Amino acid sequence: MIRILKYVTLDILKNKIVIVYTVMLALFAWSAFGLEDNSTKGILTVLNIMQLTVPLVAVLFSTIYVYNNNEFIELLLSHPVQRSRIWTALFTGLSLSMSVAFILGAGIPLLLFADKTTAFIMIAAGILLSIIFIAVAFLSSIITRDKAKGIGISIMLWLYFALLFDGLILFLYFQFADYPIEKPVVLLSALSPVDLCRILILLQLDVSAMMGYTGAVFKNFFGNSWGLVLSFGLLLLWILVPFQISLQKFKKKDL
Amino acid sequence: MIEIKDISKRFGKLQVLDHLNLRLVKGASIALIGPNGCGKTTLIKSLLGMVLPDKGTITVNGRNIRHNIGYRKQIGYMPQIGRYPENMTIGQVLNMIRGIRNSDETPDYELYEQFGIAGMLHKKMRTLSGGTTQKVSATLAFLFRPPVLILDEPTAGLDPVSAEMLKIKIADAKNQGRLILITSHLLSELEDMVTQVVFMQEGKLLLHKDTAALKADTGKNTIKEAIVHLLKTGTK
Repeated sequence: MIRILKYVTLDILKNKIVIVYTVMLALFAWSAFGLEDNSTKGILTVLNIMQLTVPLVAVLFSTIYVYNNNEFIELLLSHPVQRSRIWTALFTGLSLSMSVAFILGAGIPLLLFADKTTAFIMIAAGILLSIIFIAVAFLSSIITRDKAKGIGISIMLWLYFALLFDGLILFLYFQFADYPIEKPVVLLSALSPVDLCRILILLQLDVSAMMGYTGAVFKNFFGNSWGLVLSFGLLLLWILVPFQISLQKFKKKDL
Repeated sequence: MIEIKDISKRFGKLQVLDHLNLRLVKGASIALIGPNGCGKTTLIKSLLGMVLPDKGTITVNGRNIRHNIGYRKQIGYMPQIGRYPENMTIGQVLNMIRGIRNSDETPDYELYEQFGIAGMLHKKMRTLSGGTTQKVSATLAFLFRPPVLILDEPTAGLDPVSAEMLKIKIADAKNQGRLILITSHLLSELEDMVTQVVFMQEGKLLLHKDTAALKADTGKNTIKEAIVHLLKTGTK
């Protein structure tokens, strides 16, 4: 498996799209910190960019990569290699390279400009987001054999998590503004990894006061160490569950 | 050596393999023939574990191949259209497969040398012509001296000189008593390479005979003529 992983990772790191992605992240992050005099503002800008681009690039690139590597999978399957090893190697290879791209692109400026704790939480969140959306991509590319359909499903899922889910929460919030719905909202936010990441970071930045009473509830919930552990646990679940489902499906797939 | 018991496979509405039984013994060289879409490739992919049959079992040397990957060490497979990762070079593909196989046997570099692969090691797979890709596939299939060879249209796309080299290699393997399974539409070239014929139609096995018996039954001198005769008169 290590050998397959090595070839996969080297192959992806040489990929032009990943290089462009790294450079783009770096440009955005450096200019965000360069233009804002206040590092908190810079962090918020990076956060906003990160929440849209990281999931989008991770999910699209991985979906296309999995489809393009059908040949590779076939080649390996005619040799004594377990199916689960092939799938896991592809997943790990993608995760490693996307994480490296994120660290090189956004991680370095974060470490230089933001305070250490925030920087580490941001980097962890960025890496988790990348891996979560790679897992989502694996799920959508195993659901259908058709590449166009698979990419379509991936884009829909990204749209839902990155944009629609927020709107949905906001809608609920306004509709039930007269009721005490802060706690259900906390629970609901666990249903979207993107929101989970955002809340984690916002609380770290101490701008939760701007989020009103809900912010206080969030702070109560996420702010203590238990909340932190729980939310990281939830993010890990967001990786494990889609990947496991895709792995089970891959084991039974006809090639 | 390979025993296929009652396997069926359905793709949507299409019954690709229909209760197929087949026993392939060591030392036989078998031509797998039949019209397009009769299930040859699906049968081969089932043998390799790429397609999982809905029903039935396949055993290699007495062991069921489901949930067991070790048996693939004994198989050299040459696909009809070799598909490789586009960005890898020939050298990388060879190295990776060598690493995966981790074989103790001294590799068989005969085809590698005859095809002049050494001079193309740095070429990327996506830049190769169909014929060159086939040469890589053939080299890989024979590289680890596997006791079982599965060759799907081995000479299709090869230039006449290379095709001849490969045919000689296959005939050698036959004489060494390895189990060979070949599919081909070029019946005339099968003559020196096979000892048995398996004929499939619509996922069913219609015929499995020694070439000598087949020629005697139909009163023809070559495999090609015998099969054409069968096709014209019906197999029953």
